Amino acid sequence: MQRWPYILAVALLFLTGLGIATYRYLDTGMPPLPGQERTVWQVEARIGFTADGGAAEALLTLPPDQNGFEILSETGASPGFGFAIDRAGPQRRAHWTKRTVEGSQTLFYKLDLVQDTGRRVTEDEPNRRRAVSFDGAYATAANEVLNALTPKSANARSLAEQLIQEINTEPQDQNMSLLLQRYSAVRLTGALLSQANVSARTVKALRLRDGRRRQRLRDYLQVWDNDGWLLFDPRRGLIEDTANILVWQTGNPAVLEVIGGSRSRVTFSMVSQTHSALGLARERYNPFDLSLQSLPIAEQGMFKLIMTLPVGALVVVFMRLFVGVPTSGTFMPVLIALAFLQTELLAGLIGLVLVVGAGLLLRFYLSALNLLLVARIATIVVLVIALVTVLAVVSYRLGLISGLAITFFPMVILAWTVERMSILWEEEGPLEALIQGAGSLLVAVLAYSVMNLAAVRHLAFNFPELHLCVLAAILLLGRYTGYRLLELHRFTPFLKHSP
Amino acid sequence: MNWLISPQALRRQGVMGMNQRNLHFVGRYNPRQAYPLVDNKLRTKRLAERAGIPMPALIHEVSRQHQIEAIEPDLGRLDEFVIKPAHGSGGKGILVIANRDRDAFVKSSGERVGLNHVKHLLTNIISGLYSLGGRSDDAIIESLVHAHPMFSNLSIDGVPDIRVIVFKGFPVMAMLRLGTHASDGKANLHQGAIGVGLDLQTGESIGAVQRNRPLTEHPDTGEPLQGITIPNWRDLLTLAARCHDVTGLGYLGCDIVLDAEKGPLLLEMNARPGLGIQIANGNGLGERLDAIEGLELFAPSLEERVDHAMNGLGASSEERHWTAANSQL
Repeated sequence: MQRWPYILAVALLFLTGLGIATYRYLDTGMPPLPGQERTVWQVEARIGFTADGGAAEALLTLPPDQNGFEILSETGASPGFGFAIDRAGPQRRAHWTKRTVEGSQTLFYKLDLVQDTGRRVTEDEPNRRRAVSFDGAYATAANEVLNALTPKSANARSLAEQLIQEINTEPQDQNMSLLLQRYSAVRLTGALLSQANVSARTVKALRLRDGRRRQRLRDYLQVWDNDGWLLFDPRRGLIEDTANILVWQTGNPAVLEVIGGSRSRVTFSMVSQTHSALGLARERYNPFDLSLQSLPIAEQGMFKLIMTLPVGALVVVFMRLFVGVPTSGTFMPVLIALAFLQTELLAGLIGLVLVVGAGLLLRFYLSALNLLLVARIATIVVLVIALVTVLAVVSYRLGLISGLAITFFPMVILAWTVERMSILWEEEGPLEALIQGAGSLLVAVLAYSVMNLAAVRHLAFNFPELHLCVLAAILLLGRYTGYRLLELHRFTPFLKHSP
Repeated sequence: MNWLISPQALRRQGVMGMNQRNLHFVGRYNPRQAYPLVDNKLRTKRLAERAGIPMPALIHEVSRQHQIEAIEPDLGRLDEFVIKPAHGSGGKGILVIANRDRDAFVKSSGERVGLNHVKHLLTNIISGLYSLGGRSDDAIIESLVHAHPMFSNLSIDGVPDIRVIVFKGFPVMAMLRLGTHASDGKANLHQGAIGVGLDLQTGESIGAVQRNRPLTEHPDTGEPLQGITIPNWRDLLTLAARCHDVTGLGYLGCDIVLDAEKGPLLLEMNARPGLGIQIANGNGLGERLDAIEGLELFAPSLEERVDHAMNGLGASSEERHWTAANSQL
């Protein structure tokens, strides 16, 4: 027997399935388990200016890639303006242009961000250079301040903390009040830190609060501390929780530059939404994406069901080859399980037993009519539909909405079930019919339970490549030559021969 | 633990499971295109006729509704016959008419049925009621087998048959199947028929089970099941071994009846014979099948194969089984 090609094929299928799934997980961040929620911020920058009448250009500095946020999508909506994102400078900038424009203009830039506190981007240590050089009396005052504070601090972080505290303490000492007459608090803190050989920069950032409108960027201080930037509020000191602060601008260029216009301003508004992580992975649109999420919503619902079928088939293979449960019709249990998925288990089970039971009674009467097979099945189909109708109407009248679920069962499958069961009943006796009926139901319920697991449904639909692993498992079971579980009972007469 | 046996214990005794049968024997030794030869009893009959293998004589075949009317006058003249579906299984749809009582047919159970009942059965058969998947089928009307008198007290209603498993042309195991009230006279083990294991060398009974329980006498007649010896044993095994030659099936079960006058007759063949024969014999098939598989004989003749079966696969251990079975009771 060709053993190795077989093992190789199974291993290959398994590894391919797992490999593609892992790749897609890493690539799109599609969660491996359902129900992981993340916050999405929609930030809108609204730019207003009055155009002079000639060509106009507007440049908006865009936030850099940073810790704690992942940019999902960005769009610039602005009627009549050409829009492009300019990546040439140290920071990306949105660039709107129009040949002739006059009057009051409004431009929008919309940004969708996922809040992901675990996300880290690599940050390079900045070049140390003095941002501000003090002169004359200010140099002396700066030195005095630093000389007083340096012994009290251990590192860049504590020095920055001390400085901010000192600046915001009332009353200020002489040196400090002298310096503050010339420099703003943020600038002064940055300059003093540079003087003390600590890399620091002022940044403009947006505090994200749900539902706020007309917000402005505020000044913050960033201090380099060994492996990354620490964010300081120039009034309150170190900000431990930066989850809701979006750094917008770090370099020198202004946030907004308008050429050919005046009275320009930019304000920000934002809303937060809780999206499932799944929804997010979906939004990361990719034109070469061949996943099921690219289908219309209705077809997706269809595939959500279809994709659980292989799992049900695996359950049937396992139950028949490994356990040895007798079922009437090889894959009928999977079809019943599929119907259960739509009806809910209890309602489906009761409906199925009622319809098949009533169908059997009618079928016994039919056998007295001596009809040809095709006509008989057709008659049963009609009868089953009548039964389903009666069941649905009666249960609805009784206020049992779940009774309507019976309509999800495929009618022809129901009819065949009735026919098969009745033949079994007549030929092999009620016992065999009950055994096979119970076996089918057992396998159907088991298949349903597996197919209904949230994790299974999620994986089957979002990682369809995992079906290769299911296929590998089926192939593996297909070569199982050991005893079935029920055979261990069947062959008990051999007990007395074994010592 | 009386209701479970460990897989190790089963493997030690060479008991073959369903998966192993399907994969290693049915799947490997039975070519697909040979299946219709045994699944369709009409084709089996034609094949056997050409090869000179004795079977109950074909009286009529019915494949269309209008043929039923055509053979009606002929049926009226017959005293005894058997109707069965060409694709039937498990004894379904079989009607045995053993006698006539003026216009009425007398079934082997003594029940009387009219001509309409017979026509109704023929209609059901050709419409596919008894065939797998409900496909339309042919009905076979064949001559009745008169069971050998030795079986008169051993079987209820039906004619007992002997199932021989033939592997690569070698008979490897045999069992006598006796109908009971519980099985409604059918010789089908899982319907409650008795399986009597037979010594391949002599055709003597070596143990009996009904629904997995050991027996020493027939539950309905009280006839002892010990000491039954099948007459014409070598002829019977030869007949079984020939079935391999005409069908090309490497692993098959032959059902053979002993007719009072004509001797062993082939009743039907089965490309997926059941595993209950192992319980009846108190012996696993595995060891014997392995022995045949490892046999180095170049194109053994029919006689050689039967000789080998009778001498090589004798039943020294099975005799112990009979006593073991008795000591249990």
